[in-house]
Amino acid sequence: MTIATPIARRAIQTVADGVDLETQIADAARFTRRHTIASIYRAGSGHPGGALSCADILACLFGAELNIWPSEPEDRFRDRFVLSKGHACPALYAVGAYHGFCDKHEALSLRRLGSPFQGHPHVRDLPWVETSTGSLGQGFSVALGMALGMKLQKIRARAYALLGDGELQEGEVWEAAMCAAHHKLDNLCAIIDYNKLQSDAPNEVIMRLEPLADKWRAFGWTVFEIDGHNLPEILSTLHLAASTHERPSVLIAHTVKGKGVPYMEGSAAWHGSVKLTRQQAEEALTALGTEPEEIKELLDV
Amino acid sequence: MSDNNAPGLIGSSGDSLREAFGKALTGLAPEFPKLVVLDADIAGGTGVHHFRKAYPERLIQFGIAEQNMMAAAGGLAAVGMLPVVTGFACFLERAYEQARLSIGYARRNAKIVASHPGLDVGPDGGSAQALEDIAAFRAIPGMTVISPADPIETALATRAILEFDGPVYMRTGRSAATRLFGDDHVFEIGKGQIIRHGHDVTLVACGVEVARALEAAEILESVEIDARVVNMPTIKPIDTELLKRCARETGAIVTAEDHNIYGGLGSAVAEAVTKTHPCPIEFVGVIDSFGTSGEPDELANHFEISAPFIAEAAKRAVARKRGLQ
Repeated sequence: MTIATPIARRAIQTVADGVDLETQIADAARFTRRHTIASIYRAGSGHPGGALSCADILACLFGAELNIWPSEPEDRFRDRFVLSKGHACPALYAVGAYHGFCDKHEALSLRRLGSPFQGHPHVRDLPWVETSTGSLGQGFSVALGMALGMKLQKIRARAYALLGDGELQEGEVWEAAMCAAHHKLDNLCAIIDYNKLQSDAPNEVIMRLEPLADKWRAFGWTVFEIDGHNLPEILSTLHLAASTHERPSVLIAHTVKGKGVPYMEGSAAWHGSVKLTRQQAEEALTALGTEPEEIKELLDV
Repeated sequence: MSDNNAPGLIGSSGDSLREAFGKALTGLAPEFPKLVVLDADIAGGTGVHHFRKAYPERLIQFGIAEQNMMAAAGGLAAVGMLPVVTGFACFLERAYEQARLSIGYARRNAKIVASHPGLDVGPDGGSAQALEDIAAFRAIPGMTVISPADPIETALATRAILEFDGPVYMRTGRSAATRLFGDDHVFEIGKGQIIRHGHDVTLVACGVEVARALEAAEILESVEIDARVVNMPTIKPIDTELLKRCARETGAIVTAEDHNIYGGLGSAVAEAVTKTHPCPIEFVGVIDSFGTSGEPDELANHFEISAPFIAEAAKRAVARKRGLQ
């Protein structure tokens, strides 16, 4: 079986639903942001800023790019997606729930004892998260190992890793960057959620990353710089990145931390882990266009 | 229980454990089509140069970058490969957190094989002598920890870890090793073996200390202490049943390891027996210190882990036991 089969299957499904792909992805992104706010509110802790900044990227990946489907989680020919910035997992759980990898309501049990939706993704709790992350840098290397292993087995699927910008300060990221280019892993795609803010302050204050695109180019990667909230641009660039030959690709996605929630946008204070009050959660959900009835449903425990 | 695995070949020199590992791995490659070996530009030192020569396409070069190599092993295992991470013990410790998260926590079927453990490294000195690796890797939940004693056992253990489904940390060794076992030797993960019978005290050892424990037993014979010697190649999960039996039958234990006395074999043995079969235990190992340059045997004397020191510890354990009686 090749990766062509699931693409066809997805296309048929989209046509059958009668919904335009971009509209569906926008809906998934909206759901992801609302669900993220609700689960972090219910948990009493979590990292909203970096989850909201990557919601559009996740919606594009799960909605159109990744050849994965909930009914066949063990398919060895599936694409592999690794959330290397594991702290953004409320958004991963939400987008996974939207696409049927887990139950929407259960995924609201974030960070609770006995819940598989831990504060950082764990593959033994949720196989579809592909590996356990939460220590920056490692998920990228794991995705590299997956890409390498699939090449060795002549599996034509791709491996994707979503990294935070602060994560790029980990030396391991550059070990992996060098290694992927050396081994010509054109089936590996890194996406940087470049929201310019890390835990304490802007990257520029903590540890400068620029010139970032030049760094990746110098390491032998094909670099794309995009607006990480522009759905058509994300989709078309992911498609383009899949056509690189003998070179890994990286999408430097310029994003806004806390995107969609005005009082969080552009503020490192909402990196987390933070506790949201009921009022803050309601304000955030209202800003995300949620109806009062749905707000009640999402927040009432 | 294999009681009669009598060492017939004491003193004869054999391959170093790293060479034995590299050769065994090469021989086993056809049986394990998913096997790949991960190297950080040190194949000549870890023994896997044999593998590289025979199967160059299955030796994955990571350059001098252990963290990426260790986590990538988790990814390789995730897609169905059988990765064996190789390197010097001290440098693999650099990737400890990757072993913890991407292999241990994710419970990947990946093997970590470390050459150059302990004082056995010799002249390279303290920076290169990993004396804390067993303690560190033993503390990762689900991680099996193995330290074979001679080239024969190393070859058997190499097969065993490839057949075993789960994460494993295995020590080999740099220096020429004493051959202890015959070709009929048996290795089973989680099982120790009585390799010398005795009733007064049990000497439990792993790695290079097994040969020294046997030597110590000879020394003890001259002072009429009848020492039992147990080869304990699996430190985790440790053979609790065998240790309880030895505690019951000999009433005193000495542990011997080329490792810090904190957290290694000695600790594992004490944890296993103290709850139900408490008895005097003496710990031979490096006493919370880093190593230094010197030949392995010189270092063993300097850091008091050579046979005479094991024998002295045994005398103390026996005296304590008699004080209790």
